[in-house]
Amino acid sequence: MAGSSSEYIPHHLTHLKVGEGFWSVHADTLIMTSLLGIAFLWMFGSAARKATAGVPGKFQAFIELVVEFVDGQIKEVFSGDRSFLAPLALTIFVLVVFMNTMDLIPIDIPGMLAGAAGAHHWRVLPSADANTTFAMSITVLLLVIYYSFKAKGVGGFTHELFSAPFGNHPALWLPNFALNIVELLAKPVSLAMRLFGNMYAGELVFMLIALLGFAWAGALADGNILGFALGFIGQVLLTAAWAIFHVLIILLQGFIFMVLTIVYISMAHEHH
Amino acid sequence: MEQYIALIQGYTALGLGIIIGLGAIGACIGIGIMGAKFLEAAARQPELIPVLQGRMFLLAGLIDAAFLIGVAIAMFFAFANPLLASLG
Repeated sequence: MAGSSSEYIPHHLTHLKVGEGFWSVHADTLIMTSLLGIAFLWMFGSAARKATAGVPGKFQAFIELVVEFVDGQIKEVFSGDRSFLAPLALTIFVLVVFMNTMDLIPIDIPGMLAGAAGAHHWRVLPSADANTTFAMSITVLLLVIYYSFKAKGVGGFTHELFSAPFGNHPALWLPNFALNIVELLAKPVSLAMRLFGNMYAGELVFMLIALLGFAWAGALADGNILGFALGFIGQVLLTAAWAIFHVLIILLQGFIFMVLTIVYISMAHEHH
Repeated sequence: MEQYIALIQGYTALGLGIIIGLGAIGACIGIGIMGAKFLEAAARQPELIPVLQGRMFLLAGLIDAAFLIGVAIAMFFAFANPLLASLG
């Protein structure tokens, strides 16, 4: 636990690192992502195994709602075979929403649990780690490249890379290629930075509000009852308000990541 | 030494204000224009509201993203200033 308000935020922004320098991994991020991935698989898997064609229970109805929502989003922009894209989009959507939801856990509880287990740092929000978001977006980039090759063939995709925006002329091959590479690389960067930035900023606002805890604890120690009451009520109200607003961001960021993945992969299927 | 730290902190604080302020201006203008167009379209063709609403939220997230990335970077500099580390 951090002792003072100036140590509090840097302490909460430190990952539980394993290893040194470049070859270090963030153990907290990896463990949380794995747990949430297992939770997603277990939740949707058990719903699928227990699914009945008769009157569905509440749980099955909810899962069906999510699956149909994702499927409907894909149908809007993509007309081809959905047998791979639909599970991919569902996985991305639910995993991002699960990861972002970790932000709603009161920020000191995971740290206290990890501290009891012997870890000095524990960041519970995997999507506020740029490594997670870039891992997901680079996977999307590889899929975009794979589907570009698959839909257009090696010749077709190479032809498009060198002749797409300006036209097929030997002098234009290099500018075309440079522009296409920039376009390809901008996709994962914007996808990852958008999720990371939103969740990092959201997490930091929770931490800033939590700093009020030092204020009212100090007021209580001084015997300042009014200061204590104002600080305490202020912290509860501010946290509640930001958490309610944050629910929107949590779902929205999962939705955006999913829709953009669908759009990028369906763009990879288009011929110029 | 101390005045160097103060100098870096001062410039960083100014930079943070500019990052968040300009980002907020841009995001607000963007959201405002989009919201106005959404309301216009909804008033003209109320039957399109469900379709437009989903897209409006999607675009709201996209418009907000650059601003929030800016906020995240600004917050990072506010609490763990990597520029101070080079002073040693």
